[in-house]
Amino acid sequence: MEFASEKKREILSSIARNDGHGEHSPYFDGWKAYDRNPFHPTQNPDGVIQLGLAENQLSFDLIEEWIKNNPTASICTPAGVGKFKDVANFQDYHGLTKFRQAVAKFMGRVRRGKATFDPNRVVMSGGATGASETLIFCLADPGDAFLVPSPYYPAFDRDIRWRTGVRLIPVPCNSSNNFQVTLAQMESAYTKAIEANINVKGVILTNPSNPLGTTLSKETLTSLLSFTFKKNLHMVCDEIYSATVFNSPAFTSISEVMQETECNPDLVHIIYSLSKDLGLPGFRVGIIYSYNDQVVNCARKMSSFGLVSSQSQHLLASMLSDEVFVEKFLEESSRRLAKRHSRFVEGLKHEGIHCLEGNAGLFFWMDLHHLLKEPTHDAEMELWRVIIKDVKLNVSPGSSFHCMEPGFFRVCFANMDDHTVEVALKRIKELVSKGNGSGDAKKHGRKRNLSLNFTSRKCDESLMSPHQRMSPHSPVPQSPLVRART
Amino acid sequence: MRLLLSGKAKCNSHGQDSPYFHGWQEYEKNPYDQTWNPKGIIQMGLAENHALVQFMAEIRGNKVSFDPSKIVLTAGATSANETIIFCLAEAGDAILIPTPYYPGFDRDLKWRTGADIVPIHCASSNGFKITACALQQAYQEAQNRNLKVKGVLITNPSNPLGTTMTRAELDLLMEFIVEKQIHLVSDEIYSGTVFSSPNYTSTMEVLSKYEKAEVWDSVHVVYSLSKDFGLPGFRVGAIYSNNDWVIATATKMSSFGLVSSQTQYFLSSLLSDKKFTKNFISENKKRLKKQHALLVSGLWNAGISCLESNAGLFCWVDMRHLLSSNTFEAEMELWQKIVYDVKLNISPGSSCHCSEPGWFRMCFACMTEEALEVAIRRIKACVESVSGGRDKVLSRQRCTNMNSGKKSFSSWVFRVPIHDREAGMVLRGPDPNYRRSHHDQVEAT
Repeated sequence: MEFASEKKREILSSIARNDGHGEHSPYFDGWKAYDRNPFHPTQNPDGVIQLGLAENQLSFDLIEEWIKNNPTASICTPAGVGKFKDVANFQDYHGLTKFRQAVAKFMGRVRRGKATFDPNRVVMSGGATGASETLIFCLADPGDAFLVPSPYYPAFDRDIRWRTGVRLIPVPCNSSNNFQVTLAQMESAYTKAIEANINVKGVILTNPSNPLGTTLSKETLTSLLSFTFKKNLHMVCDEIYSATVFNSPAFTSISEVMQETECNPDLVHIIYSLSKDLGLPGFRVGIIYSYNDQVVNCARKMSSFGLVSSQSQHLLASMLSDEVFVEKFLEESSRRLAKRHSRFVEGLKHEGIHCLEGNAGLFFWMDLHHLLKEPTHDAEMELWRVIIKDVKLNVSPGSSFHCMEPGFFRVCFANMDDHTVEVALKRIKELVSKGNGSGDAKKHGRKRNLSLNFTSRKCDESLMSPHQRMSPHSPVPQSPLVRART
Repeated sequence: MRLLLSGKAKCNSHGQDSPYFHGWQEYEKNPYDQTWNPKGIIQMGLAENHALVQFMAEIRGNKVSFDPSKIVLTAGATSANETIIFCLAEAGDAILIPTPYYPGFDRDLKWRTGADIVPIHCASSNGFKITACALQQAYQEAQNRNLKVKGVLITNPSNPLGTTMTRAELDLLMEFIVEKQIHLVSDEIYSGTVFSSPNYTSTMEVLSKYEKAEVWDSVHVVYSLSKDFGLPGFRVGAIYSNNDWVIATATKMSSFGLVSSQTQYFLSSLLSDKKFTKNFISENKKRLKKQHALLVSGLWNAGISCLESNAGLFCWVDMRHLLSSNTFEAEMELWQKIVYDVKLNISPGSSCHCSEPGWFRMCFACMTEEALEVAIRRIKACVESVSGGRDKVLSRQRCTNMNSGKKSFSSWVFRVPIHDREAGMVLRGPDPNYRRSHHDQVEAT
């Protein structure tokens, strides 16, 4: 049986056989634990709470209301079906003109008018996942490398590297300066790479940062842009959380900094998506925006591998062109994110748990290093298994983000209702109080090396099975479309 | 000066310099419209199901059942084809494909995967069917080029031929892949467009006879809703495979091109309505058959024959007799005249890697009946200007039965010389059932 299985595997490509997909990471294992035992307030109150999925589910009502009021935007309503034929037939990889125009306008609005975007540079792709991969296919060859500040989004290991053969070189950041990447760190990583004969093609920044939930300062962006210009490197900025900034400092985009700093526009590229800002990950709207004409042309051809459904383009073109709606949505979404973030972070603070001060994103960076048996990644994983299995919270361990310092966890806060937040906080309170030696220790907030007395079971091997078919993008089981039978 | 972009960005392996795409660009600049631009270029290069955009029908109408856990959804067949090749092959590997084939394969299968395509040459002498000899020759050619053959990819029904594969061909392919221990990928995106006999035989149907053998894991199907339902904009593709490693890998790769959930939701509702889907498939086929017959008879009247076909959204048209010489240069010359002077966007056979000059793909399902009539009139005028009346007669004579010595306007089905007759190819005239209303002087055989 095992031999037959191996035979089946041998006839595949090396990409299919290797682990470059990165799905054995604890980042995804936690999701699998959730999928098997999902929390529900009434049907499964002891289930695992999903705190590992960075989705923006706080403002759906605004979008639903808009859809109800704009039936022509949907081709499935009596009011909109007249457009069905044209939309269904439309497969031009330039995308609907009004869609590109609406996206360009929206991107400008998110940047408070400090930068304007040319619709002819807007290139579609299959979500930010598709956008990241496609852009790298355009910029680099197998063996080339990109520098990326860590901690960084785990799926970059798959998106940037897997099928492209390109390498990622982490630029480790640490808590001493709130994990802000510095020019010195970047230069040092670059020099080491060059000395090791690695062909560095560029830098990838995520701004606002995932997992930190912070924005990069204008000064940092300026210095990094100058650095890439001097070294003739690409500057790739993943700005998919740009409209989730809910507190100061305000968001500064690379598109603004470019206007004030000497640079080569041919080297500057933005990855965007509507999945986080609008909370529509299912619609798979990824955007590559490049200031390099050749990259735009090449990426557009490659977009054939992941075009946005014309049905979704049509709906979103209409929605994003509605300036009144966009204004209201951005403001209200920010307000709700701020409120939710505050509730969660304050609740944790009350338990002596501190988080990195964040102003953006759908998550915060939680510091649990004082709960580790010892300051090691093994201890972090042990604590993580306890949190998943016993406390039943799916949080993401810092090591899965390539964080050098053990003890940090990413906690998502925008993908649940208020009640679930309270349940999660209650469980964390229980976790902390069980780990506490004494109430005094908690009161004074001293760091301590605790020996946690939980059962710390080995991670269920079946969670790591390569045959797991769950998509990392959705905790929802198979698409209803799959159930169609011949 | 450091090179800024990847090799992929700088090279032409995206394949878009092919005339296949140039014709589209010309169409985009000057598209035909019955009212406001009657002299514009008519789009016959796009294989879309223009004739029917109603609700959806039953997926295939064949006798196989599919396991839903073995399907991976992708953003269109373009993504499905690339993904399956990423799973099966890489640089240094080759996929064998019968010619002529869909030009987009050069991009979809080779560009980012690094794999190569080696053609299985098919000839008009036997209706472009795959032969054992052609398969072996292709395999050998790959080896001569130091390429490791990983599989065969077929399109069934065929694009651009518009024919369904015979059982004999499918059996031959199965034997071949078993012998060579390689994969078979069957692109079945036109499976719902089979509008006349012979009935469609799907690869999975033939596979069922090999149930216990290892080959079960080596056969994979690509599907899409773009052609059968005329919804190319929705980007709905799928890979189906019994090989769970392929499914696991393809699932992971599908992250790069998932189907919009908005579209999935809509289509699952549509596909679940069995009454609707059954009716759609049946009605769609009727309309395709009618449109196909219109084109075939119109071409026949202009002295042009087509490969007999029973599926797809296009005809494989024989214009060899209109070439100034039996060369691909002459084919391009004729093609340019057709696109720029006659203003019809059709696809030259060379862009489909056909080994014989003079064949063209013409789509009939992406326009109204009126536009098709205009197209046919233009073609007739073109033929007359290119070859004159005399050559039109000569081309007809070439197709008549050598034994009869008599040309008859009432004899609509002509047999080719004996050696081709055995292969069963018929150069087809119009189906009389559809021509009676237009040309009363035509009599059925």
